[in-house]
Amino acid sequence: MLIIDCDLCTACGICEGNCAFGAISVQDDCAVVNESCTLCGACVESCPVEALRIEVAEKRTQDNLDDYKGILVFAEYRHGTVAPVSFELLGIGRKLADQRQVDLSVILLGGKVGGYSEALIAAGADRVLLAEHTDLEQFREDVYAAVLERVISESKPEVVLAGATAIGRSVIPYVATALNAGLTADCTRLEIRESDGMLLQTRPAFGGNIMATIECPHTRPQMATVRPKVMAPAEPDPTRKGEVVALNVAEYVPASKLEVIETVVNDEDQVNIQEVEALVAGGRGLDSAKGFSLLRELADELSGTVAASRAAVDSGWIPYPHQVGQTGKTVNPKLYIACGISGAVQHAVGMQSAEVIVAINRDKAAPIFDLATYGIVGDLYEVVPQLIRKIQEVKK
Amino acid sequence: MQIIVCVKQVPDAKDVRLDPKTNTLAREGVESIMNPYDRHALEEAVAIKEQVGGAVTVLTMGPPQAEAVLREAISCGADDGVLVSDRGFAGADTWATSYTLAQAVQSIGPCDLVLCGKQAIDGDTAQVGPGLAQRLQVPFVTCVQKTRSVSKEAIEVERMMDDGYDVVRLPLPALMTVVKDINEPRVASLKGKMKAKKTKIRTLSAEDIGADPQCIGLAGSPTQVVKVFSPEPRGDRRVFAGSVEEQVEQLIECLKPYL
Ligand SMILES: Cc1cc2nc3c(=O)[nH]c(=O)nc-3n(C[C@H](O)[C@H](O)[C@H](O)COP(=O)(O)OP(=O)(O)OC[C@H]3O[C@@H](n4cnc5c(N)ncnc54)[C@H](O)[C@@H]3O)c2cc1C
Ligand SMILES: Nc1ncnc2c1ncn2[C@@H]1O[C@H](COP(=O)(O)O)[C@@H](O)[C@H]1O
Repeated sequence: MLIIDCDLCTACGICEGNCAFGAISVQDDCAVVNESCTLCGACVESCPVEALRIEVAEKRTQDNLDDYKGILVFAEYRHGTVAPVSFELLGIGRKLADQRQVDLSVILLGGKVGGYSEALIAAGADRVLLAEHTDLEQFREDVYAAVLERVISESKPEVVLAGATAIGRSVIPYVATALNAGLTADCTRLEIRESDGMLLQTRPAFGGNIMATIECPHTRPQMATVRPKVMAPAEPDPTRKGEVVALNVAEYVPASKLEVIETVVNDEDQVNIQEVEALVAGGRGLDSAKGFSLLRELADELSGTVAASRAAVDSGWIPYPHQVGQTGKTVNPKLYIACGISGAVQHAVGMQSAEVIVAINRDKAAPIFDLATYGIVGDLYEVVPQLIRKIQEVKK
Repeated sequence: MQIIVCVKQVPDAKDVRLDPKTNTLAREGVESIMNPYDRHALEEAVAIKEQVGGAVTVLTMGPPQAEAVLREAISCGADDGVLVSDRGFAGADTWATSYTLAQAVQSIGPCDLVLCGKQAIDGDTAQVGPGLAQRLQVPFVTCVQKTRSVSKEAIEVERMMDDGYDVVRLPLPALMTVVKDINEPRVASLKGKMKAKKTKIRTLSAEDIGADPQCIGLAGSPTQVVKVFSPEPRGDRRVFAGSVEEQVEQLIECLKPYL
């Protein structure tokens, strides 16, 4: 329950403005809360006189928190490669492990995947747990979940990290529920609080309009998924030493209820916008699918590829795998050129960590100019052709 | 076939803005809507029902006014609605939400298929669907973009992956979450609207669904929000001036290291 101390409340109304649910309002001389309250705590944070607090019935707690030690990363393997996000997770996992002075383990599931152990150790792992079995060749939620659940409950890590990918976002919530563990989705920052070693997990909420920091005070493991391209992998160190442990998964891989009949890899997705150093992105300002041919020309000059805002994808001008943002991909290129994109927060969260952002927009008040390193105010159909020409000149 | 669709009432996230100067949320005119993904889950359920027969029940956990999304769902083809509502549910994270929904599903009765949206746009977690499948102990897949076939025994679907899709067959009962590509939701019919007005919505409390007070709401939630703040703005930036040609000139100078 949200408790409001009317003796302290000054009826300033700040809490009202901070509530995303319209659950609190000032009536007469004190704030009043209604049934829409989700106890998110935004108002408590915002109150300058500390008149608000949240009171909870007795918390469900686990009493053996100290038995949990170490960091575990779930490495993802599909179509013959370990997903790049796995190395990014090892990068942040290493930092957390060093801070906690514990080991960093990584679990890899697949048919024959032992050959990747060295690369995982070089990327920061102290221990590689290999779950090799023919039934693990294909991703199927139930068998993957069974293995992860078993390994986590036996090895008792304090933190489990996974990629916020199609696979991670499907199987990890199932595993967390089974383990009665807290899980924070799509974290953009992870850090250890020094005073008590708690994992602080920061993520965007409300389509990126606000950031929230989340912790799991009473349960272990603390679980988080992290979007690809948000964390940096460590420079591989081939001299690092680590141990490889073959898990006896044959004992507990259950028969799957799921049958994968076919796996289709889209051609369109062959170019992964997350792997490219220069992106030329188009939005509603392009006005038609044809605009993307112009952007493609520019992208070719930069040896990059094209990306898009949701408005452009929703208009059917370009397929979804090119979408950048909260509901699309997070990208981290060296150069991001936004053409005819207004720069809504939901788009911004997907591209704001690009090294250089160029905005081309005819509205000088567009929010994209608040993000852009360089901005050109003008019609993109005038600017882009000139830009292409100039780049060709410079390259000559 | 008995189908349950989980729908959530959410604030229309695109209207929720943070005022960078005062650091307060501007929610003027923010409406409560049915979570957009859930609209597609509902449409898929109704289409499946039309094909193989049965009934569609929509289920929501929320405050009393969440009843509105249930009525809306009925106007778009659902047969009835169940609202689980209790002060004790406030502050539920996805762990507590999936617990509560599972208790509700079990009190509603036998069910062959549970449908959820891929994610709710207020939190974008996409965790409730898989969590609910765990509690119901049924097979599940997420991000379904197409139902290929349904029978009494099994369902065959296309499940989106990062690099394409998998065609997966799962036996019923099962749970799936859907993405927007799966269908084009119908608009409410006049007949549907009349029905929505008349239908009595069942309301269940924590006690009605036999929920353990330690597993619901804030008390049952392993995760806790400790701080809310606005995203940091980017530093150094430069908007050029002059004719388009002059601006392009200046930009090229700055971009030279990247060409
Ligand atoms: C929950 C949620 C999730 C979302 N997720 C995403 C996401 O992942 N990715 C995403 O991109 N969006 C997302 N959105 C949508 C987002 O809020 C914006 O609506 C969207 O990004 C707008 O796209 P846009 O900038 O292309 O279009 P608009 O906002 O319409 O902007 C078009 C811009 O083009 C400029 N323009 C027009 N013509 C020209 C011209 N000839 N030359 C130069 N400039 C021109 C205009 O001045 C304008 O600034 C999400 C929204 C919600 C609610
Ligand atoms: N309170 C709720 N009531 C009913 N369904 C919900 C609720 N919360 C989440 N869901 C369902 O779970 C899906 C994923 O939500 P989330 O995990 O919150 O992103 C939604 O699309 C809904 O189908």
